[in-house]
Amino acid sequence: MNQWKNFSKGFIKENAVFVLFLGLCPTLGVTSTAVNGLGMGLATTFVLFMANLVISLVKSFIPDKVRIPTFIVVIASFVTIVELVMQAYVPVLFEQLGLFIPLIVVNCLILGRAEAFASKNDLLTSALDGLGMGLGFAFALTLLGAVREILGSGAIFGLKFIPGDAMLLFILPPGAFIALGYLIVIMNRIKKRTT
Amino acid sequence: MEYVIIIISAVFINNIVLARFLGICPFIGVSGKISTAIGMSGAVAFVMTIATLVTYLLQVYILKPFGVTFMQTITFILVIASLVQLVEIIIKKVSPPLYQALGIFLPLITTNCAILGVAILAQQNEYNLMESVVYGIANAIGFGLALILFSGLREHLSLLNVPKQMKGVPIAFIVAGLLAMAFMGFAGIV
Repeated sequence: MNQWKNFSKGFIKENAVFVLFLGLCPTLGVTSTAVNGLGMGLATTFVLFMANLVISLVKSFIPDKVRIPTFIVVIASFVTIVELVMQAYVPVLFEQLGLFIPLIVVNCLILGRAEAFASKNDLLTSALDGLGMGLGFAFALTLLGAVREILGSGAIFGLKFIPGDAMLLFILPPGAFIALGYLIVIMNRIKKRTT
Repeated sequence: MEYVIIIISAVFINNIVLARFLGICPFIGVSGKISTAIGMSGAVAFVMTIATLVTYLLQVYILKPFGVTFMQTITFILVIASLVQLVEIIIKKVSPPLYQALGIFLPLITTNCAILGVAILAQQNEYNLMESVVYGIANAIGFGLALILFSGLREHLSLLNVPKQMKGVPIAFIVAGLLAMAFMGFAGIV
């Protein structure tokens, strides 16, 4: 039961984007469509899960003074793996996410979880935390991407259901800020009701 | 002339914060007061210019000749992290007043994606040495401009009667959206 809570907290109660405001650059940068948001979210989930796993395993060998550089090297290695795999198997998505794939390294969510959680907890707890926080992040990105896609081009996951033009603004940069602002308000209300 | 185009397009048209979405964390985090915003912009300008120069040299003289460009992400982030430490130590020795002003912002810069982002973008655009440095400086100016403008808006915002649900971060995002919309007006001047 406790482990389930530890896994599920990432979705609503401690959602990285809506509650903790971590990892906002990719959140705003890649969510012009739901598919891009989901792709970015899953790539981040993989890095977060693997980084938490490895850091939790080696935490007792790392001297306290060099722990941050060590975490960064671990994270950067997994980001490079993701980069190469995506370039080989999903080149179209890789092109669209572009710069934001290498920038997973500096996503404060990943370093934050490594420092605050994985370096203090055992293997299973850290792995579940990484998976839960990552999937919560993916959920937030997909939601924001879906909202922007519906409002901005009248489509969802690439399927167009409103003919003609929609509010183009929501695909453009200003729409990202505005849509996220309103989503935070709505998620805060939902959070208050459920707790 | 090329340099002027690089500067104008980096500062106004493809503003690093408002159009490219890099460095959003400090943009939301330290924009509460104008004075802290100015300090942060100064620290970012310092590190961004040096980081762009150093990563350019690394890419051209080490990564490319040895054919290990896939190590770019790891190398760049390590260089930036150690550079931030180095800059901190040097400023502390050389100019204590400057350290007083910028000191607390320097550790935060390692995870500022704008620094790594600009270093990678300069490579992707295939700029030469001088162009890369100019690009770094221009993006630092763009970051400072957006951050200081936004902190001015937020200082005013704190005096206004905002609906309770929207207070704090949500209204900040909506204001940032309006600022981004204003910057879209610059599109097409080059």
